[in-house]
Amino acid sequence: MKNLGIATSIAAAHKDMPGGLLPALHGIQDALGHVPPDAVPVIAEQFNLSRAEVHGVVSYYHHFRSAPAGRLLVQVCRAEACKAMGADALLAHAEQRLGCGVHGTSADGRYSLEPVFCLGLCASSPAIAVNDEVHARITPALFDDIVEEARQDS
Amino acid sequence: MTTTIYVPRDSAALAVGADRVARQIEAEARARNADVRIVRNGSRGLFWLETLVEVTTPQGRVAYGPVTRADVAGLFDAGFLSGGAHALNLGLTEEIPYLKKQERLTFARMGVTDPVSVADYEAHEGFAGLRRALALAPAEIVQQVLDSGLRGRGGAAFPAGIKWKTVLAAQAPQKYIVCNADEGDSGTFSDRMTMEGDPLMLVEGMAIAGIATGATEGYIYVRSEYPHAIATLDEAIRHAEQAGFLGDDILGSGRGFRLIVRKAAGAYVCGEETALLESLEGRRGIVRAKPPLPALQGLFGQPTVINNVITLASVPLILARGTDFYRNYGMGRSRGTLPFQLAGNIRHGGLVEKAFGLSLRELLYDFGGGSASGRPIKAVQVGGPLGAYVPESQWDLPLDYEAYAAVGAVVGHGGIVVHDDTADMSQLARYAMEFCALESCGKCTPCRIGSTRGVEVIDKITSNQNRPQQVILLRDLCDTMLHGSLCAMGGMTPYPVLSAINHYPEDFGVEAPDRAAA
Repeated sequence: MKNLGIATSIAAAHKDMPGGLLPALHGIQDALGHVPPDAVPVIAEQFNLSRAEVHGVVSYYHHFRSAPAGRLLVQVCRAEACKAMGADALLAHAEQRLGCGVHGTSADGRYSLEPVFCLGLCASSPAIAVNDEVHARITPALFDDIVEEARQDS
Repeated sequence: MTTTIYVPRDSAALAVGADRVARQIEAEARARNADVRIVRNGSRGLFWLETLVEVTTPQGRVAYGPVTRADVAGLFDAGFLSGGAHALNLGLTEEIPYLKKQERLTFARMGVTDPVSVADYEAHEGFAGLRRALALAPAEIVQQVLDSGLRGRGGAAFPAGIKWKTVLAAQAPQKYIVCNADEGDSGTFSDRMTMEGDPLMLVEGMAIAGIATGATEGYIYVRSEYPHAIATLDEAIRHAEQAGFLGDDILGSGRGFRLIVRKAAGAYVCGEETALLESLEGRRGIVRAKPPLPALQGLFGQPTVINNVITLASVPLILARGTDFYRNYGMGRSRGTLPFQLAGNIRHGGLVEKAFGLSLRELLYDFGGGSASGRPIKAVQVGGPLGAYVPESQWDLPLDYEAYAAVGAVVGHGGIVVHDDTADMSQLARYAMEFCALESCGKCTPCRIGSTRGVEVIDKITSNQNRPQQVILLRDLCDTMLHGSLCAMGGMTPYPVLSAINHYPEDFGVEAPDRAAA
């Protein structure tokens, strides 16, 4: 219920902004970690849109998630420049290390693993991001260090 | 005396620990009672040397790199505050050959200045273009952009001045300038570097575009994958407003321009201009049919200039130095410079700004130093994930929009991704189709369905199920996508696919007929 209240107030704050739906969804996801499906009707009401339209926007964009992520969101770049430097093998290593598949969350809720298509670190590939913090020239050993350090910090 | 030390704040530097290096320098300086001032500059774009730390000395700025936190104490011991000798000492930054050989016009300030300091920006020719524009009539500004020969740097290479002219002529209660900063192409990072390393240049370019066309509002649509760029832009815009370069009355001219940063949400197709406009309007980023052109009915139905980051960022210099200065770089109808971005399996990856007309081979070897793995370079994808794979037989072509188009390739945004001989081109072709299937907006059938069928057909080819027929089918499918898609997403996905099968047939298990005949 608390989440719905937050979602409603963020939506209300953006409803008069031109093209305000994406900024509202960003605000909600930043505050709650995801866009809860039961917030869709209240967002729709604020913006005077159908629920289908709001759901369509949430589900269209890769950035928005309808379920909470693990405490650490690990993104591994899968684009060509990173592939040229072993991103596919790195992704396989990440799956094993984190105990979840791509788009998955580990059973203990600690990690989520997402693919990302370009972090703009193509000259320092392969690259990853952990909770929005970027890391370049990643080897499997470095990957383990970064994840371990981030886990201790969080 | 205070010594100024530069530690980049660019993502590529942060990703290898620049913040830690900066903190360590601070701690070490405190412990040694050294009087230092740390400036967080942009990156010079020599990424294999990041974290590149520079120290100001009477001779000039001396570079050290790549510096890690563990190197800092040793650097102090070696007297790096006065440019002392050390294994990481690279000499004067400006004399590093990779940098010295470039023709930096748009990126002249990159890594030199504090990105969010208006004073530093102005001390390096910043806002000279805007001041000049304020003294001109709108049509004169547009004419200068036309005369400079500047073409859109986003990929399609459409003359920027034509768009501006259309918007200037349009009658409407509100016009907009939209900056397409949804750079999602693998191998491209010049927009990110601009937004993180010299954001005021983009601010200035957009303000000039506004004054030239009568648009009083601008939006910068930035990828959500670039949080540092968004933060730096916001900071730069705030400073520009405080200094009177943005707002209702720019420098007392009576002309106004406001800038708003909007965060995208991870849809690749929103790099297509009409999909981007839909997204800015708060909807799914689905491609619009053209006409109407965005220049006439763009954002919120109003006349809109929509340009890429580098296009807009090139404008201040054109106004400040004159059209001839800019035109005199380049070749044919490709005028000025392009920030080429060397990425992937390359030893010296980074940003190389040069006039159009140099060759890929020069970039790969003179600048890039060959592959990072030390193995032979096999294929080079130029112009993003929808660009062709260029084989060695074409590496001596001049990088020029028309010369590349003539061989079925694209210069695009200048992104260059290098693959060594371990690359399997059939898998890269499959990936191009898979990426299109994932990112297609779904509006047109060739792109939506064609990409899915493309993956299946390539799988059949590589597993040798009716291979000859499937190759014919793949070519036919590519032809349909090329000619039948609504936008470049489906329309260009065949470029990497066809170039892969044409130039590297053996990776698909296909005989190379022309090579056998030769």
